[in-house]
Amino acid sequence: MVVETATQTVKAGLAQMLKGGVIMDVVTPEHARIAEEAGACSVMALERVPSDIRATGGVARMSDPSLIRGIIDAVSIPVMAKVRIGHFVEASILEALGVDYIDESEVLTPADESFHINKHEFAVPFVCGCRDLGEALRRIAEGAAMIRTKGEAGTGNIVEAVRHMRSVQGSIRALQSMGDEELVSYARDIGAPVELVRQTREMGRLPVVNFAAGGVATPADAALMMRLGADGVFVGSGIFKSEEPARMANAIVRAVTHYQDDDVLAEVSTNLPKAMPGIEIAEIPEPELLAKRGW
Amino acid sequence: MGSMRNLTAAGADAVTVGVLALQGDFAEHAAALRRVGAQAHEVRTLDQLEQVDGLIIPGGESTTIARLLLAYELRAPIIALGRSGFPIWGTCAGAILLAEEIVTLDRPGLHLIPMVVERNAYGRQIDSFEAELDPGPLGGRPLHAVFIRAPRIRSVSNDVEVLLRLGPEYDDEAVAVQYGSLLATTFHPELTEDGRLHRRFVEMCEQYGSQRDAGQVPAAAGGSG
Repeated sequence: MVVETATQTVKAGLAQMLKGGVIMDVVTPEHARIAEEAGACSVMALERVPSDIRATGGVARMSDPSLIRGIIDAVSIPVMAKVRIGHFVEASILEALGVDYIDESEVLTPADESFHINKHEFAVPFVCGCRDLGEALRRIAEGAAMIRTKGEAGTGNIVEAVRHMRSVQGSIRALQSMGDEELVSYARDIGAPVELVRQTREMGRLPVVNFAAGGVATPADAALMMRLGADGVFVGSGIFKSEEPARMANAIVRAVTHYQDDDVLAEVSTNLPKAMPGIEIAEIPEPELLAKRGW
Repeated sequence: MGSMRNLTAAGADAVTVGVLALQGDFAEHAAALRRVGAQAHEVRTLDQLEQVDGLIIPGGESTTIARLLLAYELRAPIIALGRSGFPIWGTCAGAILLAEEIVTLDRPGLHLIPMVVERNAYGRQIDSFEAELDPGPLGGRPLHAVFIRAPRIRSVSNDVEVLLRLGPEYDDEAVAVQYGSLLATTFHPELTEDGRLHRRFVEMCEQYGSQRDAGQVPAAAGGSG
């Protein structure tokens, strides 16, 4: 019997199993258990949620392995963890720890200003952020098995997530009306491999699962991203920076499953605990915008 | 087979198979059903459950789906249906939920198939794999199977039919079983182009639909489990 591991099918396949679900940022095993109990399909283990990274400043790095191990031991759902853009040694460490997915993330301080990690070399699958179709396909070309639109993490403001999702989805719609002769120059214009451009046109969607991230603070935000075409939602600071994390987590999970059902959305939005305060994007100094990290 | 329904065109006569759409790869199952000529409906509510001739519980996170089944009051109706001869097929997370006994799931499943299933039993994601299976009763070429953080069927009762097994490297363990109208696979047929298992399930649904139309099985849903 032929048995193969670490194929693109099993890497991208795990992301397919996460679809229609909510992936929650957690900083302790206790948070992880609350997330699992609320119905999270996966958790992202990290030392500080993005809004705290934003507040504290300094270089943000991979979390301490003891924290990640503690979270792996606390739950049975898949555990993800973040590495700095281009930091392939942090990625090797996370692979050795047995994390199920690695997020090569702009939320941490980039380690390499020219190159992302060659993700094909790893057995563990990677998720990467994007702002537009070209960026998504560049990451897939490097081996990403899952994509998330970046949004602007730690702001509690959905506007950038909407901008990035609309950009990706709008480009895919435009691509579908293009003739074969247009594809090569379009691929050049967006800086993506023509074969992936062609595949995207044929599938009418990104070739891998695409979640929304960066700014989801309420159930309505989560449902908005689903209606714009997200396969699922990452919630970072939005849950454990709200006043009642367990209730907010439950409400967002429900909103993602029933994103087309206005009655359910009205119900889960009623008398919610206070969401995280949120930041106006224009008030963030240019160098502190996370989405601009990576290319 | 046995039914006169037209399965080729997915028209008004095609059998309607529900795919539980609480979380997981339900869209992939719906596409696979359409490829074999069935209509696929997403099921999130009791009303939607009452309008289908069979139900697929897809791959996804079993803890998440188990929780949502309870929260949305679908668990008891699905158990009642499953006991009444209504076809249900669980893949991966779905197979876990169908098992009578689940190792390491701290919330209730559906307890419909007398077997013991252990979650994530091959290891973590880096141990996920693809393998060629002997096609057994499906006939024809080997079946390509994708196992993702898959569960293992640790034991089955004597009246459960084992359809497919992994090779001797894995002790010939069962990976696809049938128990009356209930089907469970620990891998993901919806991630490959091979439509044999979807066709088999559609035929089970077709048969159920025609028996129900003839008044030979109780009308769907309702009831408490």
